[in-house]
Amino acid sequence: MNALQRHILSIGLILAAFAIGASSVVVFTEQATRQKILDNERQTLLNAINILIPQQQYNNDILADTIEIAAKQQLATTKPSTVYRARRDGQAIAAVFTSIAPDGYNGKIKLLVGVYKNGDLAGVRVISHKETPGLGDKIDDRKSAWIKGFTGLSLNKPEIEQWHVKKDGGHFDQFTGATITPRAVIKAVKNALLYFKAHRDELFRPHNEPT
Amino acid sequence: MTELYKPIIRDGLWKNNPALVQLLGLCPLLAVSNTVINGLGLGLATILTLVASNGIISLCRHHIPDEARLPVFVLIIASIVTAIELSMSAWFHELYLILGIFIPLIVTNCAITGRAEAFAARNPVGPAIVDGLMMGIGFTAVLVLLGALREVIGQGTLFSEAHLMFGEVARHFTIIVIDDYRGFLMALLPPGAFIGLGLIVALKNVIDARQVSNSVASTTALAENQST
Repeated sequence: MNALQRHILSIGLILAAFAIGASSVVVFTEQATRQKILDNERQTLLNAINILIPQQQYNNDILADTIEIAAKQQLATTKPSTVYRARRDGQAIAAVFTSIAPDGYNGKIKLLVGVYKNGDLAGVRVISHKETPGLGDKIDDRKSAWIKGFTGLSLNKPEIEQWHVKKDGGHFDQFTGATITPRAVIKAVKNALLYFKAHRDELFRPHNEPT
Repeated sequence: MTELYKPIIRDGLWKNNPALVQLLGLCPLLAVSNTVINGLGLGLATILTLVASNGIISLCRHHIPDEARLPVFVLIIASIVTAIELSMSAWFHELYLILGIFIPLIVTNCAITGRAEAFAARNPVGPAIVDGLMMGIGFTAVLVLLGALREVIGQGTLFSEAHLMFGEVARHFTIIVIDDYRGFLMALLPPGAFIGLGLIVALKNVIDARQVSNSVASTTALAENQST
């Protein structure tokens, strides 16, 4: 082995040592934080659910009482998603699940929808979106109260033909300068309610019961 | 001691400001400077990363072979950013939910590799950390200024959504600068970021040019006084 080869080898070894050191730091941090991050994520999810379904209304472990549903065209989901079920003394109260508005102004708008057993909306919140700041992003509850207007509505209130923005002859307000975004959200919420109506018993099925 | 740090501080904050002079890290800078709070968030995350990466690279500088320095820098920076992201998610989860989206952006910030290469790899730990801190503060100042500019022009407010970073008390921090403003969307979109940054760079150049001509004028005046 000549001097050049030895030099190259030594650089390779040093690089390998740094790679091992850097990956160990990441591995160690990951190990040390894994449980805490899982707990935090659980708590954040629980907080999001409790905004839709007040905690006093149910007494089961809602994060454990779940079923997986396959990707549904009606909800525009492309991956299996989780349905969380709220029960009180074993009686079904409400279900919380994901619905996607695929036709936002700037791509998909992901919604968390809570529906009571009788088909009334417990509430809707936007989980993620890429709508235009200052215009379409008023669907975010931190920017405007518009999304809270869905609480208490159902397929009969307003009538199903009225599930459109006012511009299209419906019940719902659009935003100044942005109609596409609320139109997409209203359609996605309506579809979520239709899906719930058609699959209610299936959605509340105890998760240990075979399909 | 202070004589040693003075030029580092001046470089980071003004003379060699990463955003205005080196024009490094433009991708995250332009992407998240649409409000003051977003700018501040990315700025704080960048300061943290810059200080940590400069410090660690300076500590290892005698062991890093010259030929392999860039892959080593990338390894160190990427693992620091990942460790910061995980730790924040574990211990400051609320803050993580807000700043979390900015942290992966920091990896794309070449100001960090730039400082590792230009400063940390050649200087002792103390100055390297001060350099990281000052470059970070200089970067943050530009982010906040650009954020303020875009926020006022774009939506007529300042400090909107401060509660995302400072908690519920900060909900009232929002200042409505222009009442009943219809908004100017371009300022909030990427073109507004480019134009705004261009204006700030131009402003800095004007100030620098004026200072130079002032000092030239005063030396000539001095010379004339002496000759008479």
